[in-house]
Amino acid sequence: MRAVDLTLSPAEAAFRDELRTWLEGNHPGREPPGDEAAFEFRRAWQRKLNDAGWTGVSWPKEYGGRGATLVEQAIFSEEVVRARTPSMANVLALAMGGPTVIAHGTEEQRRRYLPPILSADEIWCQGFSEPGAGSDLASLKTRAVRQGDEWVVTGQKVWTTFAHHAKWCMLLARTDPDAPKHKGLTYFLMDMEQDAVQVRPLRQITGESEFNELFIEEARIPHGNIVGKEGEGWAVAITTLMHERATLAFGLQVSVQIALRELIESAREARGVNGRAASEDPVVRQRLAQLLIESEVLRLNAYRGLSAVMRGGVPGPEGSLGKWHWSEVNQSLTEVAMEIAGPRAMLSDSESNWSYRFLRSRANSIEGGTTEILKNIVAERVLGLPRMR
Amino acid sequence: MNFDFTDDQRAIKRTARDFLGARYPPATVRALAEDERGFTDEQWQELVELGWAGVIVPEEHDGLGLGVVELVVIAEEMGYALAPSPWFSTTCAALMLVAAGSDAQRERWLGPVARGEARGTLAVWDEHSGWAPDHSEVEPGPDGKLTCVKIAVPDAASADFAIVSGADGRHWLVDLSERGVSSPGITLAAESAIDPTRKLFRMALEGVAVEPLAASLDAVARAYATIVTVLAAENVGVAQRAMEMAVEYAKDRAQFDRPIGSYQAVSHRCAQMLLEVEGSRSLCYWAAWALDNEPDSGPRAASSAKAYAGDAGFRVAASALQVHGGIGFTYEHDLHFFLKRAHANAHAFGDSRWHRDRVADLAGV
Repeated sequence: MRAVDLTLSPAEAAFRDELRTWLEGNHPGREPPGDEAAFEFRRAWQRKLNDAGWTGVSWPKEYGGRGATLVEQAIFSEEVVRARTPSMANVLALAMGGPTVIAHGTEEQRRRYLPPILSADEIWCQGFSEPGAGSDLASLKTRAVRQGDEWVVTGQKVWTTFAHHAKWCMLLARTDPDAPKHKGLTYFLMDMEQDAVQVRPLRQITGESEFNELFIEEARIPHGNIVGKEGEGWAVAITTLMHERATLAFGLQVSVQIALRELIESAREARGVNGRAASEDPVVRQRLAQLLIESEVLRLNAYRGLSAVMRGGVPGPEGSLGKWHWSEVNQSLTEVAMEIAGPRAMLSDSESNWSYRFLRSRANSIEGGTTEILKNIVAERVLGLPRMR
Repeated sequence: MNFDFTDDQRAIKRTARDFLGARYPPATVRALAEDERGFTDEQWQELVELGWAGVIVPEEHDGLGLGVVELVVIAEEMGYALAPSPWFSTTCAALMLVAAGSDAQRERWLGPVARGEARGTLAVWDEHSGWAPDHSEVEPGPDGKLTCVKIAVPDAASADFAIVSGADGRHWLVDLSERGVSSPGITLAAESAIDPTRKLFRMALEGVAVEPLAASLDAVARAYATIVTVLAAENVGVAQRAMEMAVEYAKDRAQFDRPIGSYQAVSHRCAQMLLEVEGSRSLCYWAAWALDNEPDSGPRAASSAKAYAGDAGFRVAASALQVHGGIGFTYEHDLHFFLKRAHANAHAFGDSRWHRDRVADLAGV
């Protein structure tokens, strides 16, 4: 293998070219308006990808995956964003649920759950955060009590994306209230299709409702739906989160590159002070250049993270930094867009959607681990600084 | 795709770390910082024996004939050790000759450089014109001789030849070895440099015979892109070391009965250092790879690395000083040497603002 090499191998290049050609010929166009219609559109798109063998790129073949390499998985993540295809419907199961079942599930669970994830027949959501357990996730209070072959679950979850479409919920619940808080948790797959689970949408600052609250009142989960072992839910949840950051980073960095190209286009067209193009304003140029440089850092760190996983099996420090850095770059990008927009920054109906992206980006440093928690992880686990607690 | 070192490159890095750590402990760095010349012949000879004087010099001239990736690996470790050495100035001169020297110039100087028989330097900034690295107003007189003043020329007093920049990207080679004998027009004076670990000189030439370099502006531009990548890599090492010093101190130093590293005001500052160190490192490896393998993106990658690592080097060192508190502000502590090198590197060969503007140009903003 060559050193510090960003060129694709012939096999990798062939994979990319085949995928590009397929995406050109099969691009489904733009999503229709409306939550329900958009979701069904994404489901149909995922089925089309699945039928052509493009879902679960790095998942084992025996469970419906493509059995390809991590590099090819990363190429896939880049190319679908580059081709501006819609998201797939089952994004949480593809990014987290499936890999968790592959890593920690039983053979029976793999055969049962993985194929319907890929075909989007069964959508997954994630029940981790609670109103009282955000950054301190391990303090969660949702209780699961064993009754014979079943567990009876009561509690409340929040920020549950796709809950109203979901068949399965990756549920983290407390099974041993007497154990230390990280030890008493278990990772369940909860059937959402029961009356004991109520879903209420949460309206966010953008006006839309991507997220939900879950109210769980004596829901039933068969004992066989535990992933990993009873009491080891924390480790199951964390190891997957760590590994998935290495893959997710690829799609995120390409999104930033695309948004940045649009922003540079806007800067050329927008009139700044004195009626000159905003792109000629030295301060705007400096900020755009800084974004160009930082978006390269995101791309390169994603590559380095992947190389580290391939070499040692575990993500390097870049993995912990990537999500934190991405949120800063994405927020800064939308702030520059608002600077370029001038008085239009006060309006929310622009065609380019910058005002929506500007507001939406405020969640980037909160969702999937706040920046403060990510800094704690870097300080404690990478730099070895003493714990604050 | 493999954005990682080979085992060979890893071995170079380890050897460099061990060797430089043993030869340039803090007391040695401090002594050399206070010394006028800034290195000993024995220290230079040891680097020559490792082949480092001619890392990028082709094998036909007794060099190692390696690429920018290997150069960057060594530069990072030179920065980590903060080794005072004419290695950087000689590498700059060698890069210029490899890229743009005439056959005769290459024949005359590259072999001696690689074998440790001669050292070179690069004189860039005019005393009175703009400070951009590609801007000089120096023109030879009608007799072909050069009269000019260059400032901040590294290690000029111990160099045997200098490459001197001029108007329109032209460069000339000046033989310094006869200085004071047959070339009375050359005057060197030590500058008072902020960074005492790199010796800088004011170089005045008055009617000095020079030989033009042969090659195109493109070749010169590639050499400069490599030089700024080397500086960026030095700053990666400098910042890495400053960060390690801050983290060690934050673990040991207790206030209010707890190590200060357990306070998020301190630990998050350290996490920010890692973000900037790793970002700088990724950009440097990219620039090195691109200069060796993908010439079209080389200049943009190099300017990206220089801008980011220039800022990061200084910010990380300054932040490390803040973690150290009062002790970090004392001359007795070693941290200020790292802060000063990072600062000087950030302003050498185009500051971050200049390189960002280049990135904007090259990206078509």
